[in-house]
Amino acid sequence: MSLSAPTSLILACLLVPVLGSILISLAGRRPNLREGITLATALLLLLGTILLLPSILAGARPSLALWSLLPGLEIAFQVEPLGMLFALIASSLWVVNSIYSIGYMRANREENQTRFYVCFALALAATMGIAFSANLLTLFIFYEMLTLVTYPLVTHHGTQAARDGGRTYVGILLGTSIVFFTPALILIWLVAGTTDFVPGGILHGQLGHAGMAGLLALIVFGLAKAALMPVHRWLPAAMVAPTPVSALLHAVAVVKAGVFSVLKVVVYIFGANNLAEAGLAGAADWLVVLAGFSIVAASVVALFADNLKRRLAYSTISQLSYVTMSAAILAPLSLIGAALHIAAHAVAKITLFFAAGAIYTAAHKTEVSQLDGIGRRMPWTMVAFSIGAISMIGLPPAVGFISKWYMLSGAMAAEHWLVVAVIALSTLLNAGYFLPIVYRAFFLPPRADEADHPHGEAPVLMVVALCLTASATLLLFLFPDLPLALARQAIIF
Amino acid sequence: MSLSAHLPALQVVLPLIAAPLTVLLRRGQLPYLLALTASWLALAISLQLWVQVDQGGTISYAIGKWPPPWGIEYRVDRLTAFVLVLVSGMAALALPYSRDSIAHEILHEQHYLFYTMFVLCLTGLLGITITGDAFNVFVFLEISSLSTYVLIALGKHRRSLLAAYQYLILGTIGATFIVIGIGLLYLMTGTLNIADMGRRLADVQGTRPVLAALAFLTVGISLKLALFPLHQWLPNAYAYAPSVVAAFLAATATKVAVYVLLRFYFSVFGATQIFTELPMQEMMLLLALSGMFVASAIAIFQSDLKRLFAYSSVAQIGYIILGLSLGSATGLTATIVHLFNHGVTKGAIFLLLGLVTLSVGGTSLARVHGLGKRSPLLSLGLVICGLSLIGVPGTAGFISKWYLLLAALQTGHWWLVALIVMSSLLAVVYVWRFVEVSYFREPRKDLADPNPLPLGMVIPSALLVIATVYFGLDTSFTIGSAQQAAELLLEGVR
Repeated sequence: MSLSAPTSLILACLLVPVLGSILISLAGRRPNLREGITLATALLLLLGTILLLPSILAGARPSLALWSLLPGLEIAFQVEPLGMLFALIASSLWVVNSIYSIGYMRANREENQTRFYVCFALALAATMGIAFSANLLTLFIFYEMLTLVTYPLVTHHGTQAARDGGRTYVGILLGTSIVFFTPALILIWLVAGTTDFVPGGILHGQLGHAGMAGLLALIVFGLAKAALMPVHRWLPAAMVAPTPVSALLHAVAVVKAGVFSVLKVVVYIFGANNLAEAGLAGAADWLVVLAGFSIVAASVVALFADNLKRRLAYSTISQLSYVTMSAAILAPLSLIGAALHIAAHAVAKITLFFAAGAIYTAAHKTEVSQLDGIGRRMPWTMVAFSIGAISMIGLPPAVGFISKWYMLSGAMAAEHWLVVAVIALSTLLNAGYFLPIVYRAFFLPPRADEADHPHGEAPVLMVVALCLTASATLLLFLFPDLPLALARQAIIF
Repeated sequence: MSLSAHLPALQVVLPLIAAPLTVLLRRGQLPYLLALTASWLALAISLQLWVQVDQGGTISYAIGKWPPPWGIEYRVDRLTAFVLVLVSGMAALALPYSRDSIAHEILHEQHYLFYTMFVLCLTGLLGITITGDAFNVFVFLEISSLSTYVLIALGKHRRSLLAAYQYLILGTIGATFIVIGIGLLYLMTGTLNIADMGRRLADVQGTRPVLAALAFLTVGISLKLALFPLHQWLPNAYAYAPSVVAAFLAATATKVAVYVLLRFYFSVFGATQIFTELPMQEMMLLLALSGMFVASAIAIFQSDLKRLFAYSSVAQIGYIILGLSLGSATGLTATIVHLFNHGVTKGAIFLLLGLVTLSVGGTSLARVHGLGKRSPLLSLGLVICGLSLIGVPGTAGFISKWYLLLAALQTGHWWLVALIVMSSLLAVVYVWRFVEVSYFREPRKDLADPNPLPLGMVIPSALLVIATVYFGLDTSFTIGSAQQAAELLLEGVR
């Protein structure tokens, strides 16, 4: 095996977090060293993905085949633009999240911090595996690994509530992948003779209309991390986790692994053009409708949720369905929009979760109705929150505007007027559940009974982290070239 | 003739000689060392046989140079070699484990007896596998069964005797049925050589004695392999036997019985039309499915880990039989590969449960509270094996499930695919019961601080846990062997 530079970089991206987790567990008794290793690992991983970037942009597709798992089925990796985009998002936000975690975990005196950092690093290793998988089987292995290593993170507090949340989490994620995804995977292998991700897809009409629609159903329900209704319940259940977990995993790595996988299957297994040419484009129509329903329904739930993390969780469900819906439209512009939205939602939602965690740490508040006037005490946090909210609604100058622009253009180009209506309605709903929070924070006076609870901002590490992601939300609006270039390369080859 | 030509005989004869010698050398460490040597030699021989078969094809060895079908033939084909490796490999890992394990579980003056019986049991299981003679199968079956009854009864629990007695009654019924079946076949074909029997049976198929033989053999062997609903002996036997015995039995005894079933179904009855004329496949399918669901459901409600995993074994045997009942090459591959993968996984689990017993004094769910805190690696090992029972990718169980689902899809049984994946969900539930007790409960206060566990027990357990993952990632040995074995078995049918 000759290791050319990009190939060894792939291996490095997979191994760095694993080695990091080993070192972290060895340094368990010395918190400063342990957190230092976490940060160093995160930075190294980011460096690895950044070094991979130029060759991908130049059109190279470095690959690495490890060994055959079954005759004809290899454990193999290949970096293509979508995976590159996902890896970049996850690794860069892990750095910010590590800074935030250190502040959060120390300020809240959480127990079992070593386990926390070890599992976090392993979760990132699994995420890199998903991002760089060269075939659906490899993706599946890392997908399941991600579920299992995040379970200790979700149930971190070890309480009754954590156990129940963990049950829902594992029950749905593991259950759906066994019941729906495994048969789908084997069916694809049986029909196409391969599970490789190939530009243009590997299914060429062998299955017919009903078969394709059924297979697509097995895939999107099997990939429950995409949180399409009705397999979304794990996401609110996972909110029992400490906030850094909700932030990185349930706004970025885990949920994005779901929609990223859906997108990859649509682009590289089904093949959007392929479906259209075989006259099977209608096979995905039901998914457009279901995802549209998911968007609106989740937004309505969010509208009535008083718990801040719960509102954010349902907002995530709604936003993830944007990606699924745009993928199901199959039009190039909406596929680009879907890829962009993975990035746009990631930076904005992590900002919102960071802010929620900062509010909890500094003011011990978890409900929206308690947030009157909090903007005066935590101005940095709440300004960042507002930027995230603007991006969620899809207004300039935040990156959410750009992804929504592409998704809308795609829907219009495909003359999917239902989709246009859903996006419009959802935008109103988004405004309806985010703007009141901003209004309460800045324009309502603090409640009378709170005068004797003075508090300022959360610990500085947390504030720095959420300001960084808020700035990224604005900067990506101004300079969306990189994610756009990657998305274009993947969709229009 | 060089020594390597006599390996088939040595495979059985070496442990057979070692067994009485352990009685003679009853003092000190000698029985242990002798048993250990015998089991490691047996492993070396079976690996060598595997290589020979891989390179040169099926080996036929005439005992005493009496040519088959008149003399007794030892016949090593790909399936035989594969099962021999499983059985002797398990013995080679269980024996080093046993020294520290039985020190806590069996009276000191009975230790030499344990080694005698263990080596006898190994002899029996290897003999059943390697012999090409139907009556010989019965003889070795009795050797392994009788020694197993003693091994179970050696447990220090009062119920061990009852469990051994229960198994003795049912096992004897099973063995009797088997010998009646073999007798009827001998009556009709005039031969005891399995290959010869298969050739001659085609002339007399459809006659009533042949059908009766099939019925007796099916019921008898199903009792030995604990096919639902003939599994009643198994949970108690696994729960009250000494830990190392439970591990060895769980990994090998039922698997060898499956091997016997394969032999009779494919090598003896394979060339007849019986299976196409009778609804045998449908019947086995139904029993397999009932086992998968009923036994898994019972496992969920167990309060003791040994019983929980024992019922899980009954369910997993359902998967093994399910592959067989599909009648396709892929289904048979699934059966053979799961026979191995499940043996490795369950062997690992019961070895780990022995360590649990040592650490917290029992395996009831109430005792293992907080095991994840007390012995993190031990608990992690059990979780990994549990994931293999569920069939999570990256573990051996996934490979088995892949082939099982592939076989169901290839034969167009969509509803079967749904049932297989649903039954996996039951496995998630019973495995997660352990996870929650181990990680969400505080360790019991009445336990002494954890002592370091004896390395002699830890290393074999760890090796098997690693094997559970290894065979989920590298399948060249398991799938390679299973596929070729399945093709060879099906040749007899065509």
